[in-house]
Amino acid sequence: MDVPHTGAPLAVTSPDPVSSPEGQCPPAISLRGVVKRYGPITAVDGLDLDVPAGSCLGLLGPNGAGKSTTMKLLTAQAIADEGELHILGHELPRDSKQARAACGVVPQLDNLDVDLSARQVLQVFARLYRVPRSERGAAVERALAIAQLSSRGDALIDELSGGMRRRLLIARSLVHRPRLVLMDEPTVGLDPQVRQELWSLIADLRASGVTVLMSTHYIEEAERLADTVAVMAQGKVVAQDTPGALITQHAGKETMEVYGRPDRLADLEGLLREAGFGTRRTGPTLSVLRAEELPPSVVDRLTLDGVRRAATLEDVFVLLTGEEIV
Amino acid sequence: MSSTHVEHPPGESRARRLRRIEPAAIGGVLFRERTVFTRYWMSTTFSSVVEPTIYLLAFGFGLGALLSEIDGLSYIEFIGTGIVATAVLFSSAFPGMFGTFVKRRFQRTYDAILAAPVDVGELVTAEAIWIALRAGVYCNAPLLVAVVFGLPPSWGMLLVPFIGFLTGLGFALLGMFIAGVARSIDNFNYVISALLTPLFLVAGTFFPVDAIPGGAQIATANPLYHCVELVRGAVFGFGGPGALLHVGALVIFAVTMWRLAIWRLTKRLID
Repeated sequence: MDVPHTGAPLAVTSPDPVSSPEGQCPPAISLRGVVKRYGPITAVDGLDLDVPAGSCLGLLGPNGAGKSTTMKLLTAQAIADEGELHILGHELPRDSKQARAACGVVPQLDNLDVDLSARQVLQVFARLYRVPRSERGAAVERALAIAQLSSRGDALIDELSGGMRRRLLIARSLVHRPRLVLMDEPTVGLDPQVRQELWSLIADLRASGVTVLMSTHYIEEAERLADTVAVMAQGKVVAQDTPGALITQHAGKETMEVYGRPDRLADLEGLLREAGFGTRRTGPTLSVLRAEELPPSVVDRLTLDGVRRAATLEDVFVLLTGEEIV
Repeated sequence: MSSTHVEHPPGESRARRLRRIEPAAIGGVLFRERTVFTRYWMSTTFSSVVEPTIYLLAFGFGLGALLSEIDGLSYIEFIGTGIVATAVLFSSAFPGMFGTFVKRRFQRTYDAILAAPVDVGELVTAEAIWIALRAGVYCNAPLLVAVVFGLPPSWGMLLVPFIGFLTGLGFALLGMFIAGVARSIDNFNYVISALLTPLFLVAGTFFPVDAIPGGAQIATANPLYHCVELVRGAVFGFGGPGALLHVGALVIFAVTMWRLAIWRLTKRLID
């Protein structure tokens, strides 16, 4: 079910601030060789990432891939040990305050002031983000409309449902009409219906021209919302492209799933590896990538209990990160 | 904006506008505190006012009946002025410790604020100003109660809120520094028992500091003692330029704690 459109403009499409000689926008986010260590652990390990202005980039990776650390680096709540970071043309960490003033941030963990009303939360953030006095009232009401809480503006945060709080958290990040919104796992831990609601909200935001960087470990979320997906593993971006191109490039057109007894699957695995095909095991299933390229001789030995399906981003994710999805 | 608009080189003109400690950032954090305060002002005000008042009445009547005068003051005059410092301590060090720890660790409020254009220095400064403002107001409560019970009113009492603010600033920042050091909220027990209790007993509040051997020397290192001396000076008349030394001690205390709190909380809040 789609969320009814509130009619409230999510954010202004900022006019292109700097025109480079080629007439192209500089990337909203540009990271080069970024390294962040915590003692012996290297959370971010030579990260390169560009997020073009006006696009939605999904940073997809398993837990521990360095997504949250990357998000913290972008607001200078973590300081990189090495590398260059630019946000909207501002160098980090030196000019991070200017960058933060132009960004909205949706945290992974709810940090709303529970004693306040929805409207008060937005009033506080309108001040923190320096919305001019004359525009504050309108900005707060606009953000309430984005959160679909216009009729419940005076309800205390404690009285709101989990989904309403999440919507408010997103609306809170938009109160100053940022050019760039950073979302750290915006739908983590929510039930599927609420997640779909938030997807509509994020899709609207993206349609309004705001640049979005969204970290997630939900494949479907990245596939639906992101123009570009950057797959992150062990602190690096291991692949970056449109979801479709990533699938074609890394997983081919088709994946074949073979069900069977473990010993039989082990035999098949050996056979397929010999023939040069990538496989993965998920419980009682063996998946064969690039199944469309399987030679008939091999197919003959599989078709008995194999099912062909279109390759998905999940196949790419598992292939590139070596992680199974639960 | 037209396409011919010339953008300032990044970080040049805007860097000047966004200074290290900006009033807009301080104002934003203060606004948040003020808004949250509208929800819990009753309980905070109750504890900040009632607790020192109970000390005042208990000691004033209990001990006052046994004593005739201390340093030429009746006991209600002595304790009624001294207890102001206790009120400042209670309404600044405790919110500094517990409030900061809760907002940092449990509510993650500071993560949200620091994602906005607010730096740790501004956050610490604003939070300390807010607590000190409250301390400057709350510390008048026991003084007013003392007036009801026989402390003669004087114009100098109008200085008491300012003394409370300055002292409260230092103790709020001390509390925030401790909240930046503490690993768990239980760690505060050590600080309360080993630091705050002696500070509040050896400040000349309930008895003159020189009643203890070496007490006069120890007390000069206690910011609360300087607060007590300033309050007595304001109410009964300053004896000379010595008051400036007390003010100087409180300024040094506040500035030192400001630096320490910013240093420690930066370590905690920025990875």
